[in-house]
Amino acid sequence: MYKNLSDNLFNWLNKRLPVKSFYEGHMSNYYAPKNFNFWYYFGSLAMLTFGIQILSGIWLAMFYNPSSKDAFDSVEYIMRDVKFGWLIRYIHSTGASFFFIVVYLHIFRGFLYGSYRKPRELLWIIGVIIYLCLMAECFFGYLLPWGNMSFWGAQVITSLFGAIPILGEPLVEWIRGDYTVSGATLNRFFSLHVSAMPLVFVAVIVLHLTALHEVGSSNPDGIEIKEKKSIDGVPLDGIPFHPYYTVKDLFGVSVFLFAFFAVVFFKPDFFGFFLEAPNFTPAD
Amino acid sequence: MDKNNVDIQKRRALIVASTLVGGIGAGFAAVPFIASWLPSARAKAMGSAIEIDFTSIEEGQRVTLDWRGKPIFVIKRSKESVETLSKISERLRDPLSNEISQQPGYAKNIHRSIKEDIFVVIGICTHLGCVPLYKPKKGEVDSSWVGGFFCPCHGSRFDLAGRVFKGVPAPCNLVVPPHKYLSDKILRIGEE
Repeated sequence: MYKNLSDNLFNWLNKRLPVKSFYEGHMSNYYAPKNFNFWYYFGSLAMLTFGIQILSGIWLAMFYNPSSKDAFDSVEYIMRDVKFGWLIRYIHSTGASFFFIVVYLHIFRGFLYGSYRKPRELLWIIGVIIYLCLMAECFFGYLLPWGNMSFWGAQVITSLFGAIPILGEPLVEWIRGDYTVSGATLNRFFSLHVSAMPLVFVAVIVLHLTALHEVGSSNPDGIEIKEKKSIDGVPLDGIPFHPYYTVKDLFGVSVFLFAFFAVVFFKPDFFGFFLEAPNFTPAD
Repeated sequence: MDKNNVDIQKRRALIVASTLVGGIGAGFAAVPFIASWLPSARAKAMGSAIEIDFTSIEEGQRVTLDWRGKPIFVIKRSKESVETLSKISERLRDPLSNEISQQPGYAKNIHRSIKEDIFVVIGICTHLGCVPLYKPKKGEVDSSWVGGFFCPCHGSRFDLAGRVFKGVPAPCNLVVPPHKYLSDKILRIGEE
């Protein structure tokens, strides 16, 4: 009886929302090459780090204060006074660095196996756009703690626009909203960091995955699995993404989390590479 | 792979085991995010106990303090006011503070305080949360008024021990916060 009820409910839903065809098209009936190796972990790991950043970032924004007067102190407030605030902030700062590491390995895989070649040119280009967004997002985020590295980093990078002939100087003032990096810059960077850029991210990630599922993944041997199909149209050299690659990726996730939390708990500054000493003094 | 030879039971056991372990992990991962919403160390420090030199309060005077964002009234009642407290029992809803506990055990008496004269109370009406006015003099509100707290929002009346009168909107007595006397001078509010 309960089986019938749940079946009916699912049918009702499915007639109004294509849950089943979406799930089949992208998971249980989406065929990926069966010869993925180590390098193919980093796509799903990039998604994981993105999720970690979104979650920890939402929480940080609950305690952070985006004004030039209070920003630095509110970060120390998170570190000292908020329960588990230190953990949430270290997850976010370590996550930012790991995001880059994972994305670089993901890009390296693309170079290694020619994932940028026909028919995946657009997939590659969207990926490059994601990478540019990632750099922008991290640049905006890096100003927020309002330490000396934050401030001078933002000062230097915004100055680069000043090199543009004629338009340069007014452009720099427009970006900063002041004659130097100031509270006005901090406020707009905060808004971009926590709302505009994440929305752009979601959009380009959806595009990246849509393009990927249209052309299919590359693989170490360079075989186009769509070229050899069985009579029922199943790629002979492919296996369904779910359960085969979901389980493989879950294994990758657990190994990744070991490394990730080893850094979060034991070496969150990572010998000065992830968090630099000058950023522990307020911007002056 | 021979599809007919799949050990379904083993597969189920593995799915259940990994879901369980993953679920426990997710549960632990949720702890810092949920716990971070609790009052921070700063909020707790701001909300810690406050002290006042009660000897500086004159008879009939009311001192208002801020504790955890609430107004705390500390008043010094005259001998006459204290005597009145035991005479108006039949006009009160809960003269002996028996119904709902609105005070620590040591303030569960007629004058609802540790010392007879010094009275500590949270100045928030138990009806809808307005701050009642301090009207210590007889007849200050109307002819039957014996001195106490009068809420201007909906006319709730309390005596000088914060006990609610019958026939007013407020359902129960004003809340007495935890407090103690550290010496003959210092009163500490917000701590048992």
